Amino acid sequence: MRDVIDETPRCRSIVLDPPAWPGHRAGQHLDVRLTAEDGYQAQRSYSIASAPEDDGLVLTVERLDDGEVSPYLADELRPGDELEMRGPIGGYFVWEDSDGGPVMLVAGGSGIVPFRAMLRHWAAGDRAVAPRLLYSSRTAVDLIYREELMHLADSDGVDVRFTLTREPPGAWTGHRGRVDRHLLADVSWPPEDRPLVFVCGPSAFVETVAQGLVDTGHQPSRIRTERFGPTGT
Amino acid sequence: MAPVSRGFHGRRRPVEDPSRVPPGQYVTGDFPVLSAGPTPRTPLTDWTFAISGAIDEPVSWSWEEFTALPAQTVTVDIPCVTKWSKLDTSWKGVAVDTLLEGVTTAADFLTAWCDGGYTTNLALEDVRDGKAWVAYQYGDEPLASEHGGPVRLLVPHLYFWKSAKWVRGLTLTFDDEPGFWETYGYHNHGDPWLEQRYQGD
Repeated sequence: MRDVIDETPRCRSIVLDPPAWPGHRAGQHLDVRLTAEDGYQAQRSYSIASAPEDDGLVLTVERLDDGEVSPYLADELRPGDELEMRGPIGGYFVWEDSDGGPVMLVAGGSGIVPFRAMLRHWAAGDRAVAPRLLYSSRTAVDLIYREELMHLADSDGVDVRFTLTREPPGAWTGHRGRVDRHLLADVSWPPEDRPLVFVCGPSAFVETVAQGLVDTGHQPSRIRTERFGPTGT
Repeated sequence: MAPVSRGFHGRRRPVEDPSRVPPGQYVTGDFPVLSAGPTPRTPLTDWTFAISGAIDEPVSWSWEEFTALPAQTVTVDIPCVTKWSKLDTSWKGVAVDTLLEGVTTAADFLTAWCDGGYTTNLALEDVRDGKAWVAYQYGDEPLASEHGGPVRLLVPHLYFWKSAKWVRGLTLTFDDEPGFWETYGYHNHGDPWLEQRYQGD
């Protein structure tokens, strides 16, 4: 592990230099396995936050209070430590430059992580059609990669919209509230343009957004989802 | 031997019977949802379940016919390839053995196909002899759409991506034809006790 970057109060990026990395595609994840001195092991999957062409492999980890691996990665791991990992994994929730556009990305919370890889990959490519991003977060300070995303919006023509669900009254002048059909329709390409839509976030968020997209005429086969976190039974 | 992770002690949760938890899995009380696309919602009036492919007479059931078939209630442990396991889950459904009664086939494999386009491949021997069900009830409730309702395949001895949600039929095949995740880098068989998570395991 080379470096750590504190992204938000709950999220930290760790920069890795794997000795043998076969390369990955934007959107893929990897498995991290931790081993205690007595041999006890725990493993979890994390989305890759860096683009294939980036120097260094980046994971952005949200610290889960009752988690087992994320608090270690976010609090304990130090530059110079070794990390056992395996990947890349997953071949469906992936965007490559050759897939072209239009592309719509809808993120809830740390669901933004694989989209950072896709956006950086887009920026490093021929930039045919600028992606659109709708990013729902609790509060402004919880927005991961905020500066980088703003830069993509200001300098590279990426349509970036934030919406905040729990921001206290105050300076925020952007969208507030959960992603609904109105906001989706406002941000998304029309279904006739057959955008490829990626949705990533907590399970209930993904369920609502994907259903909203289907209800507003988007083809289910053009909607790719990735969910994390628990749901009720 | 895996390298020790400096400063890692783990947050071990006591498990009543560790012999029920496959290697690399942790036990959760939640029932996480994973899916590659939107949740399909096919009206029950349009719903059928079919056995087709390498058989003499394809079979198909309407929702009324299917739910009138002899059903079983089973309590099983389920392992997801994303590392969680859930113990003592209770399901009601039709055993695949029941669906295959009277079916004559020389096939050794099947493809489960689903609303939404998902597929997964299984060896027939992995779904016969009381090893698999097509379930429409979870606990005492109809199976929720997010969890695969109206019916999902239930093959609890393999990783749970084999237990295809929104399953609409089984196509019997002579050749083993990789399904959705099996094409995208996951293991063809998926035995959790052998940790067959990904290709090459």
